[in-house]
Amino acid sequence: MRHLLSTRDLDRATAVGILDVAEDMADVAHREIKKLPTLRGKTVINLFFEDSTRTRTSFELAAKRLSADLITFSAKGSSVSKGESLKDTAQTLAAMGADAVVIRHSASGAAQTLARSGWIDAAVLNAGDGTHEHPTQALLDAFTMRRRLHGSASRGKDLDGLRVTIVGDILHSRVARSNVWLLQALGATVNLIAPATLLPVDTSGWPATIGFDLDTAIDDDPDVIMMLRIQSERMNAAFFPNAREYSRQWGLDDERLARLRPDTMVMHPGPMNRGLEISANAADSARSTVLEQVANGVSIRMAVLYLLLSGSVKP
Amino acid sequence: MTARTVLQPADISRALTRISHEILESNRGGSDLVILGIPTRGIELARRIGAILDEIEPGSGSVGFLDVTMYRDDLAGQPTRAPSPTQIPSGGVNGKTVVLVDDVLYSGRTIRAALDALGDYGRPRAVRLAVLVDRGHRQLPIRADFVGKNLPTSSEERIRVRLRDTDGVEEVTIES
Repeated sequence: MRHLLSTRDLDRATAVGILDVAEDMADVAHREIKKLPTLRGKTVINLFFEDSTRTRTSFELAAKRLSADLITFSAKGSSVSKGESLKDTAQTLAAMGADAVVIRHSASGAAQTLARSGWIDAAVLNAGDGTHEHPTQALLDAFTMRRRLHGSASRGKDLDGLRVTIVGDILHSRVARSNVWLLQALGATVNLIAPATLLPVDTSGWPATIGFDLDTAIDDDPDVIMMLRIQSERMNAAFFPNAREYSRQWGLDDERLARLRPDTMVMHPGPMNRGLEISANAADSARSTVLEQVANGVSIRMAVLYLLLSGSVKP
Repeated sequence: MTARTVLQPADISRALTRISHEILESNRGGSDLVILGIPTRGIELARRIGAILDEIEPGSGSVGFLDVTMYRDDLAGQPTRAPSPTQIPSGGVNGKTVVLVDDVLYSGRTIRAALDALGDYGRPRAVRLAVLVDRGHRQLPIRADFVGKNLPTSSEERIRVRLRDTDGVEEVTIES
Protein backbone atom coordinates (compact mmCIF):
# COMPACT_ATOMS: atom_id res chain seq x y z
CA MET A 1 0.00 0.00 0.00
CA ARG A 2 1.27 3.43 -0.93
CA HIS A 3 -1.65 5.59 0.24
CA LEU A 4 -4.99 4.96 1.90
CA LEU A 5 -7.48 7.12 0.06
CA SER A 6 -10.60 5.05 -0.36
CA THR A 7 -11.98 1.70 0.73
CA ARG A 8 -12.89 1.08 -2.90
CA ASP A 9 -9.24 0.24 -3.55
CA LEU A 10 -9.25 -2.55 -0.94
CA ASP A 11 -9.91 -6.15 -1.93
CA ARG A 12 -10.93 -8.74 0.62
CA ALA A 13 -7.44 -10.09 1.31
CA THR A 14 -5.98 -6.61 1.83
CA ALA A 15 -8.83 -5.56 4.09
CA VAL A 16 -8.61 -8.72 6.21
CA GLY A 17 -4.84 -8.18 6.34
CA ILE A 18 -5.28 -4.66 7.77
CA LEU A 19 -7.78 -5.93 10.35
CA ASP A 20 -5.37 -8.71 11.38
CA VAL A 21 -2.50 -6.28 11.90
CA ALA A 22 -4.90 -4.17 13.97
CA GLU A 23 -5.56 -7.20 16.19
CA ASP A 24 -1.86 -7.28 17.05
CA MET A 25 -1.83 -3.52 17.60
CA ALA A 26 -4.80 -3.84 19.96
CA ASP A 27 -2.70 -6.06 22.23
CA VAL A 28 -0.29 -3.17 22.82
CA ALA A 29 -2.98 -1.31 24.77
CA HIS A 30 -2.93 -4.05 27.42
CA ARG A 31 0.80 -4.16 28.00
CA GLU A 32 2.93 -2.65 30.68
CA ILE A 33 4.64 -0.38 28.14
CA LYS A 34 2.13 0.79 25.56
CA LYS A 35 4.65 1.73 22.93
CA LEU A 36 6.40 0.09 19.99
CA PRO A 37 9.67 1.36 18.52
CA THR A 38 8.60 0.51 14.97
CA LEU A 39 8.27 3.95 13.37
CA ARG A 40 11.14 5.65 15.19
CA GLY A 41 12.49 8.48 13.09
CA LYS A 42 9.42 8.75 10.85
CA THR A 43 7.46 11.97 10.79
CA VAL A 44 3.68 11.95 10.60
CA ILE A 45 1.79 15.18 9.96
CA ASN A 46 -1.85 15.53 10.88
CA LEU A 47 -3.37 18.07 8.54
CA PHE A 48 -6.86 18.91 9.75
CA PHE A 49 -8.79 21.48 7.75
CA GLU A 50 -12.00 20.44 9.49
CA ASP A 51 -12.88 20.04 13.15
CA SER A 52 -12.43 16.62 14.64
CA THR A 53 -11.94 15.18 18.09
CA ARG A 54 -11.78 11.44 17.84
CA THR A 55 -10.15 11.01 14.45
CA ARG A 56 -7.41 13.53 15.18
CA THR A 57 -6.62 12.30 18.69
CA SER A 58 -6.87 8.73 17.52
CA PHE A 59 -4.29 9.30 14.78
CA GLU A 60 -2.10 11.19 17.28
CA LEU A 61 -2.22 8.35 19.76
CA ALA A 62 -1.60 5.77 17.03
CA ALA A 63 1.47 7.60 15.73
CA LYS A 64 2.82 8.08 19.24
CA ARG A 65 2.31 4.43 20.20
CA LEU A 66 4.45 3.54 17.19
CA SER A 67 7.15 6.06 18.22
CA ALA A 68 6.70 8.29 15.15
CA ASP A 69 7.23 12.02 15.51
CA LEU A 70 3.96 13.80 15.12
CA ILE A 71 2.88 17.32 14.28
CA THR A 72 -0.75 18.36 14.17
CA PHE A 73 -1.82 21.25 11.99
CA SER A 74 -5.36 22.46 12.22
CA ALA A 75 -6.73 25.07 9.87
CA LYS A 76 -7.42 27.39 12.76
CA GLY A 77 -4.17 28.79 14.03
CA SER A 78 -2.12 27.92 10.94
CA SER A 79 -1.34 29.78 7.73
CA VAL A 80 -4.40 28.20 6.15
CA SER A 81 -6.50 30.81 7.91
CA LYS A 82 -4.35 33.42 6.15
CA GLY A 83 -5.42 31.98 2.81
CA GLU A 84 -2.60 29.56 2.00
CA SER A 85 -3.56 27.02 -0.65
CA LEU A 86 -3.50 23.24 -0.17
CA LYS A 87 -0.60 23.05 -2.61
CA ASP A 88 1.54 25.52 -0.67
CA THR A 89 0.70 23.93 2.66
CA ALA A 90 1.55 20.50 1.24
CA GLN A 91 4.85 21.65 -0.21
CA THR A 92 5.78 23.31 3.07
CA LEU A 93 5.19 20.04 4.85
CA ALA A 94 7.13 18.11 2.20
CA ALA A 95 10.06 20.46 2.69
CA MET A 96 9.99 19.62 6.39
CA GLY A 97 10.41 15.95 5.52
CA ALA A 98 7.05 14.40 6.31
CA ASP A 99 6.83 10.63 5.76
CA ALA A 100 3.06 10.50 6.04
CA VAL A 101 0.32 13.09 5.87
CA VAL A 102 -3.03 12.43 7.47
CA ILE A 103 -5.49 14.80 5.88
CA ARG A 104 -9.03 15.82 6.70
CA HIS A 105 -10.58 18.34 4.38
CA SER A 106 -14.06 19.63 3.63
CA ALA A 107 -13.57 19.16 -0.13
CA SER A 108 -14.27 15.73 -1.58
CA GLY A 109 -11.16 14.47 -3.33
CA ALA A 110 -8.69 16.58 -1.34
CA ALA A 111 -6.73 13.49 -0.29
CA GLN A 112 -6.56 12.20 -3.89
CA THR A 113 -5.35 15.58 -5.05
CA LEU A 114 -2.61 15.56 -2.48
CA ALA A 115 -1.58 11.98 -3.30
CA ARG A 116 -1.62 12.24 -7.08
CA SER A 117 -0.48 15.82 -7.65
CA GLY A 118 3.20 15.16 -7.15
CA TRP A 119 3.45 18.04 -4.64
CA ILE A 120 4.61 15.65 -1.98
CA ASP A 121 5.94 12.10 -1.97
CA ALA A 122 4.78 11.18 1.53
CA ALA A 123 2.14 8.52 2.10
CA VAL A 124 -1.30 10.13 2.22
CA LEU A 125 -4.00 8.90 4.60
CA ASN A 126 -7.49 10.12 4.01
CA ALA A 127 -9.04 11.01 7.36
CA GLY A 128 -12.27 12.22 5.77
CA ASP A 129 -12.70 14.30 2.62
CA GLY A 130 -15.95 16.21 2.25
CA THR A 131 -18.79 13.81 1.51
CA HIS A 132 -16.54 11.30 -0.23
CA GLU A 133 -14.76 8.79 2.00
CA HIS A 134 -13.45 8.13 5.51
CA PRO A 135 -11.62 4.81 5.09
CA THR A 136 -10.18 4.38 8.59
CA GLN A 137 -13.66 4.83 10.07
CA ALA A 138 -15.01 2.03 7.87
CA LEU A 139 -12.05 -0.18 8.78
CA LEU A 140 -12.59 0.37 12.50
CA ASP A 141 -16.31 -0.32 12.07
CA ALA A 142 -15.54 -3.60 10.31
CA PHE A 143 -12.95 -4.40 12.99
CA THR A 144 -15.55 -3.76 15.72
CA MET A 145 -18.11 -5.98 13.98
CA ARG A 146 -15.57 -8.76 13.53
CA ARG A 147 -14.51 -8.61 17.17
CA ARG A 148 -18.10 -8.71 18.42
CA LEU A 149 -18.76 -11.72 16.19
CA HIS A 150 -15.61 -13.76 16.70
CA GLY A 151 -13.93 -12.36 19.82
CA SER A 152 -10.33 -13.42 20.18
CA ALA A 153 -10.66 -15.83 17.24
CA SER A 154 -11.12 -12.94 14.79
CA ARG A 155 -7.85 -13.24 12.92
CA GLY A 156 -8.20 -14.15 9.27
CA LYS A 157 -12.00 -13.93 9.29
CA ASP A 158 -14.15 -11.80 6.99
CA LEU A 159 -17.76 -10.65 7.45
CA ASP A 160 -19.43 -13.10 5.11
CA GLY A 161 -23.20 -13.09 5.38
CA LEU A 162 -23.39 -10.27 7.94
CA ARG A 163 -26.42 -8.02 7.37
CA VAL A 164 -25.75 -4.36 8.05
CA THR A 165 -28.34 -1.58 7.99
CA ILE A 166 -27.03 1.98 7.78
CA VAL A 167 -29.57 4.64 8.70
CA GLY A 168 -29.65 8.39 8.27
CA ASP A 169 -27.94 11.07 6.26
CA ILE A 170 -26.47 8.95 3.47
CA LEU A 171 -26.22 11.98 1.18
CA HIS A 172 -23.56 13.75 3.20
CA SER A 173 -21.98 10.73 4.84
CA ARG A 174 -18.44 9.76 3.92
CA VAL A 175 -18.69 7.11 6.63
CA ALA A 176 -21.56 5.43 4.79
CA ARG A 177 -19.71 5.51 1.46
CA SER A 178 -16.55 4.00 2.89
CA ASN A 179 -18.56 1.38 4.74
CA VAL A 180 -20.60 0.38 1.69
CA TRP A 181 -17.47 -0.50 -0.30
CA LEU A 182 -15.53 -2.10 2.51
CA LEU A 183 -18.42 -4.18 3.82
CA GLN A 184 -19.08 -5.39 0.31
CA ALA A 185 -15.44 -6.39 -0.08
CA LEU A 186 -15.64 -8.30 3.21
CA GLY A 187 -18.77 -10.19 2.16
CA ALA A 188 -21.44 -8.39 4.19
CA THR A 189 -24.67 -7.10 2.69
CA VAL A 190 -25.64 -3.48 3.21
CA ASN A 191 -29.08 -1.94 3.43
CA LEU A 192 -29.28 1.85 3.40
CA ILE A 193 -32.26 3.57 5.03
CA ALA A 194 -32.82 7.30 4.67
CA PRO A 195 -35.37 9.95 3.91
CA ALA A 196 -35.56 10.33 0.12
CA THR A 197 -34.09 13.83 0.46
CA LEU A 198 -30.97 12.51 2.18
CA LEU A 199 -30.06 9.94 -0.48
CA PRO A 200 -27.67 10.69 -3.33
CA VAL A 201 -29.34 11.23 -6.70
CA ASP A 202 -27.74 8.15 -8.21
CA THR A 203 -26.93 5.09 -6.13
CA SER A 204 -27.26 2.60 -9.00
CA GLY A 205 -23.57 1.67 -8.85
CA TRP A 206 -23.57 1.06 -5.10
CA PRO A 207 -23.46 -2.51 -3.82
CA ALA A 208 -26.34 -1.88 -1.40
CA THR A 209 -30.11 -2.03 -1.22
CA ILE A 210 -32.00 1.18 -0.54
CA GLY A 211 -35.05 1.66 1.66
CA PHE A 212 -36.95 4.52 3.20
CA ASP A 213 -38.64 2.96 6.20
CA LEU A 214 -36.67 2.21 9.35
CA ASP A 215 -39.41 0.05 10.88
CA THR A 216 -39.42 -2.33 7.91
CA ALA A 217 -35.63 -2.52 8.13
CA ILE A 218 -35.81 -3.41 11.83
CA ASP A 219 -38.44 -6.07 11.11
CA ASP A 220 -35.92 -7.59 8.69
CA ASP A 221 -33.77 -8.37 11.73
CA PRO A 222 -30.35 -6.91 10.80
CA ASP A 223 -27.17 -8.07 12.57
CA VAL A 224 -25.84 -4.52 12.73
CA ILE A 225 -27.64 -1.21 12.74
CA MET A 226 -25.45 1.82 12.18
CA MET A 227 -26.94 5.24 12.91
CA LEU A 228 -25.37 8.19 11.11
CA ARG A 229 -25.07 11.65 12.52
CA ILE A 230 -27.33 14.39 11.22
CA GLN A 231 -24.66 16.76 9.92
CA SER A 232 -26.11 20.18 10.57
CA GLU A 233 -22.89 21.82 9.27
CA ARG A 234 -23.47 20.38 5.81
CA MET A 235 -27.22 21.04 5.75
CA ASN A 236 -27.56 24.14 3.63
CA ALA A 237 -31.13 23.31 2.66
CA ALA A 238 -34.09 21.87 4.49
CA PHE A 239 -33.89 18.12 3.99
CA PHE A 240 -36.60 17.26 6.50
CA PRO A 241 -39.30 19.37 8.15
CA ASN A 242 -37.84 19.44 11.66
CA ALA A 243 -35.73 17.45 14.08
CA ARG A 244 -38.70 15.96 15.90
CA GLU A 245 -40.14 14.54 12.73
CA TYR A 246 -36.76 13.11 11.68
CA SER A 247 -36.33 11.54 15.08
CA ARG A 248 -39.79 9.97 14.99
CA GLN A 249 -39.31 8.41 11.57
CA TRP A 250 -35.58 7.63 11.33
CA GLY A 251 -34.25 7.84 14.88
CA LEU A 252 -33.36 4.75 16.91
CA ASP A 253 -35.64 5.38 19.88
CA ASP A 254 -36.34 3.14 22.88
CA GLU A 255 -39.29 1.41 21.24
CA ARG A 256 -37.27 0.47 18.14
CA LEU A 257 -34.32 -0.53 20.30
CA ALA A 258 -36.55 -3.02 22.15
CA ARG A 259 -37.44 -4.70 18.87
CA LEU A 260 -33.80 -5.49 18.03
CA ARG A 261 -32.26 -8.85 18.96
CA PRO A 262 -30.19 -8.73 22.16
CA ASP A 263 -27.02 -9.30 20.12
CA THR A 264 -27.74 -6.81 17.35
CA MET A 265 -24.90 -4.31 17.27
CA VAL A 266 -25.87 -0.65 17.51
CA MET A 267 -23.11 1.44 15.97
CA HIS A 268 -22.55 5.17 15.61
CA PRO A 269 -19.44 6.84 14.20
CA GLY A 270 -19.80 9.75 16.62
CA PRO A 271 -20.24 12.47 17.61
CA MET A 272 -23.78 11.51 18.59
CA ASN A 273 -26.79 13.81 18.64
CA ARG A 274 -28.51 12.11 21.52
CA GLY A 275 -32.29 12.28 21.17
CA LEU A 276 -32.09 13.00 17.44
CA GLU A 277 -30.78 10.01 15.49
CA ILE A 278 -30.15 7.84 18.55
CA SER A 279 -31.76 7.78 21.99
CA ALA A 280 -29.66 7.92 25.13
CA ASN A 281 -30.79 4.39 26.05
CA ALA A 282 -29.72 3.04 22.69
CA ALA A 283 -26.35 4.79 22.90
CA ASP A 284 -25.66 3.43 26.38
CA SER A 285 -27.12 -0.06 25.96
CA ALA A 286 -25.05 -3.24 25.92
CA ARG A 287 -25.78 -3.50 22.19
CA SER A 288 -24.00 -0.22 21.57
CA THR A 289 -20.43 -0.44 20.29
CA VAL A 290 -19.75 3.31 20.35
CA LEU A 291 -16.89 3.21 22.84
CA GLU A 292 -15.41 0.04 21.35
CA GLN A 293 -15.35 1.86 18.03
CA VAL A 294 -13.27 4.63 19.57
CA ALA A 295 -10.83 2.20 21.20
CA ASN A 296 -10.56 0.14 18.02
CA GLY A 297 -9.91 3.31 16.02
CA VAL A 298 -6.48 3.61 17.61
CA SER A 299 -5.60 0.01 16.69
CA ILE A 300 -6.77 0.43 13.10
CA ARG A 301 -4.82 3.66 12.66
CA MET A 302 -1.70 2.06 14.11
CA ALA A 303 -2.10 -0.79 11.63
CA VAL A 304 -2.53 1.56 8.68
CA LEU A 305 0.40 3.75 9.68
CA TYR A 306 2.56 0.67 10.10
CA LEU A 307 1.57 -0.78 6.73
CA LEU A 308 2.11 2.53 4.91
CA LEU A 309 5.35 3.52 6.60
CA SER A 310 7.33 0.31 6.93
CA GLY A 311 8.78 -1.68 4.11
CA SER A 312 10.52 -0.49 0.97
CA VAL A 313 8.45 -2.21 -1.70
CA LYS A 314 5.43 -0.08 -2.47
CA PRO A 315 3.46 -1.24 -5.50
CA MET B 1 20.00 -26.83 -5.59
CA THR B 2 20.79 -29.80 -3.39
CA ALA B 3 19.23 -30.52 -0.03
CA ARG B 4 20.90 -32.61 2.64
CA THR B 5 19.02 -33.78 5.70
CA VAL B 6 21.01 -33.13 8.87
CA LEU B 7 18.42 -33.85 11.56
CA GLN B 8 15.80 -36.60 11.45
CA PRO B 9 12.62 -36.57 13.59
CA ALA B 10 14.30 -38.74 16.23
CA ASP B 11 17.29 -36.37 16.39
CA ILE B 12 14.98 -33.41 16.85
CA SER B 13 13.01 -34.96 19.67
CA ARG B 14 16.23 -36.13 21.40
CA ALA B 15 17.61 -32.59 21.13
CA LEU B 16 14.43 -31.10 22.59
CA THR B 17 14.45 -33.59 25.46
CA ARG B 18 18.08 -32.78 26.23
CA ILE B 19 17.42 -29.02 26.04
CA SER B 20 14.49 -29.45 28.45
CA HIS B 21 16.69 -31.27 30.96
CA GLU B 22 19.37 -28.61 30.62
CA ILE B 23 16.82 -25.87 31.21
CA LEU B 24 15.65 -27.55 34.42
CA GLU B 25 19.20 -28.18 35.51
CA SER B 26 20.36 -24.60 35.04
CA ASN B 27 17.17 -23.22 36.61
CA ARG B 28 17.49 -25.69 39.53
CA GLY B 29 13.95 -26.96 38.96
CA GLY B 30 10.86 -25.81 37.16
CA SER B 31 9.75 -22.88 39.30
CA ASP B 32 9.25 -19.40 37.83
CA LEU B 33 10.06 -20.60 34.35
CA VAL B 34 8.47 -19.04 31.26
CA ILE B 35 9.09 -20.53 27.81
CA LEU B 36 8.51 -18.06 24.98
CA GLY B 37 8.58 -19.17 21.35
CA ILE B 38 9.50 -16.75 18.58
CA PRO B 39 7.22 -17.08 15.51
CA THR B 40 6.90 -19.02 13.39
CA ARG B 41 8.64 -22.27 14.26
CA GLY B 42 9.83 -21.20 17.68
CA ILE B 43 6.20 -21.43 18.79
CA GLU B 44 5.96 -25.15 18.07
CA LEU B 45 9.38 -25.79 19.58
CA ALA B 46 8.39 -23.87 22.73
CA ARG B 47 5.18 -25.90 23.04
CA ARG B 48 7.09 -29.14 22.74
CA ILE B 49 9.74 -28.10 25.24
CA GLY B 50 6.93 -27.00 27.58
CA ALA B 51 5.27 -30.41 27.25
CA ILE B 52 8.54 -32.23 28.03
CA LEU B 53 9.19 -29.97 31.03
CA ASP B 54 5.72 -30.75 32.29
CA GLU B 55 6.41 -34.49 32.02
CA ILE B 56 9.67 -34.23 33.92
CA GLU B 57 8.41 -31.83 36.56
CA PRO B 58 4.63 -31.44 36.47
CA GLY B 59 3.50 -27.81 36.63
CA SER B 60 6.77 -26.36 35.41
CA GLY B 61 7.15 -24.20 32.35
CA SER B 62 4.30 -21.98 31.23
CA VAL B 63 4.48 -21.46 27.49
CA GLY B 64 3.73 -18.38 25.40
CA PHE B 65 4.92 -16.72 22.25
CA LEU B 66 6.57 -13.40 21.53
CA ASP B 67 6.31 -11.63 18.18
CA VAL B 68 9.32 -9.48 17.39
CA THR B 69 8.25 -7.99 14.04
CA MET B 70 7.69 -4.48 15.38
CA TYR B 71 11.16 -4.44 16.96
CA ARG B 72 13.18 -5.56 13.95
CA ASP B 73 15.95 -3.34 12.63
CA ASP B 74 15.38 -4.32 8.99
CA LEU B 75 11.78 -3.16 8.54
CA ALA B 76 12.74 -0.38 6.16
CA GLY B 77 14.77 -2.49 3.77
CA GLN B 78 12.23 -5.21 3.06
CA PRO B 79 8.63 -5.66 1.96
CA THR B 80 6.18 -4.95 4.77
CA ARG B 81 6.04 -7.82 7.23
CA ALA B 82 2.77 -8.84 8.80
CA PRO B 83 3.13 -9.08 12.56
CA SER B 84 1.85 -12.14 14.39
CA PRO B 85 0.21 -12.35 17.79
CA THR B 86 2.04 -12.31 21.10
CA GLN B 87 0.79 -14.28 24.07
CA ILE B 88 2.45 -13.89 27.44
CA PRO B 89 1.37 -16.48 30.08
CA SER B 90 -1.00 -15.01 32.68
CA GLY B 91 1.68 -14.80 35.36
CA GLY B 92 3.60 -12.28 33.27
CA VAL B 93 7.39 -12.20 33.01
CA ASN B 94 8.30 -10.02 35.99
CA GLY B 95 10.86 -11.81 38.15
CA LYS B 96 10.67 -14.98 36.03
CA THR B 97 13.39 -16.82 34.14
CA VAL B 98 12.39 -16.49 30.52
CA VAL B 99 13.69 -18.97 27.96
CA LEU B 100 13.39 -17.65 24.41
CA VAL B 101 13.03 -20.44 21.84
CA ASP B 102 13.79 -20.15 18.14
CA ASP B 103 14.52 -22.61 15.36
CA VAL B 104 17.74 -21.23 13.86
CA LEU B 105 20.25 -18.83 15.40
CA TYR B 106 22.05 -16.95 12.64
CA SER B 107 22.85 -13.20 12.71
CA GLY B 108 21.40 -12.75 16.21
CA ARG B 109 19.25 -9.84 15.09
CA THR B 110 15.96 -11.60 15.78
CA ILE B 111 17.10 -12.28 19.33
CA ARG B 112 18.16 -8.65 19.75
CA ALA B 113 14.62 -7.66 18.71
CA ALA B 114 13.16 -10.26 21.07
CA LEU B 115 15.12 -8.86 24.02
CA ASP B 116 13.75 -5.39 23.26
CA ALA B 117 10.22 -6.71 22.89
CA LEU B 118 10.47 -8.67 26.13
CA GLY B 119 11.56 -5.53 27.99
CA ASP B 120 8.26 -3.91 27.10
CA TYR B 121 6.32 -6.70 28.80
CA GLY B 122 8.16 -6.54 32.09
CA ARG B 123 11.47 -7.24 33.79
CA PRO B 124 12.44 -10.92 33.84
CA ARG B 125 14.94 -12.11 36.44
CA ALA B 126 17.00 -13.72 33.69
CA VAL B 127 16.63 -14.37 29.98
CA ARG B 128 18.04 -17.51 28.35
CA LEU B 129 18.09 -18.61 24.75
CA ALA B 130 17.35 -22.08 23.37
CA VAL B 131 17.70 -22.85 19.64
CA LEU B 132 17.34 -26.02 17.64
CA VAL B 133 20.17 -25.12 15.28
CA ASP B 134 23.08 -22.71 15.68
CA ARG B 135 24.56 -22.04 12.27
CA GLY B 136 27.10 -19.38 13.21
CA HIS B 137 27.72 -16.06 11.38
CA ARG B 138 26.70 -13.89 14.31
CA GLN B 139 26.54 -10.14 13.71
CA LEU B 140 25.82 -9.23 17.33
CA PRO B 141 27.29 -10.29 20.68
CA ILE B 142 24.61 -12.92 21.31
CA ARG B 143 24.97 -16.62 22.06
CA ALA B 144 22.58 -19.46 22.85
CA ASP B 145 22.46 -21.12 26.28
CA PHE B 146 20.88 -24.31 24.97
CA VAL B 147 21.65 -25.60 21.49
CA GLY B 148 20.11 -28.60 19.73
CA LYS B 149 22.88 -28.88 17.16
CA ASN B 150 25.74 -26.71 16.03
CA LEU B 151 25.86 -26.67 12.24
CA PRO B 152 28.84 -24.86 10.74
CA THR B 153 27.55 -23.46 7.43
CA SER B 154 28.60 -21.09 4.71
CA SER B 155 26.41 -18.02 4.39
CA GLU B 156 25.36 -19.09 0.89
CA GLU B 157 23.69 -22.18 2.32
CA ARG B 158 20.15 -22.16 3.60
CA ILE B 159 19.02 -24.00 6.69
CA ARG B 160 15.46 -25.17 6.53
CA VAL B 161 13.65 -26.37 9.63
CA ARG B 162 10.37 -28.17 9.12
CA LEU B 163 8.26 -29.34 12.04
CA ARG B 164 5.46 -31.84 12.40
CA ASP B 165 2.57 -29.49 13.36
CA THR B 166 3.63 -26.48 11.31
CA ASP B 167 4.80 -28.16 8.10
CA GLY B 168 3.49 -31.74 8.21
CA VAL B 169 7.00 -33.18 7.95
CA GLU B 170 9.82 -33.04 10.42
CA GLU B 171 13.43 -32.52 9.41
CA VAL B 172 16.27 -30.04 9.25
CA THR B 173 17.96 -29.69 5.87
CA ILE B 174 20.85 -27.72 4.42
CA GLU B 175 20.19 -26.40 0.93
CA SER B 176 22.99 -25.14 -1.23
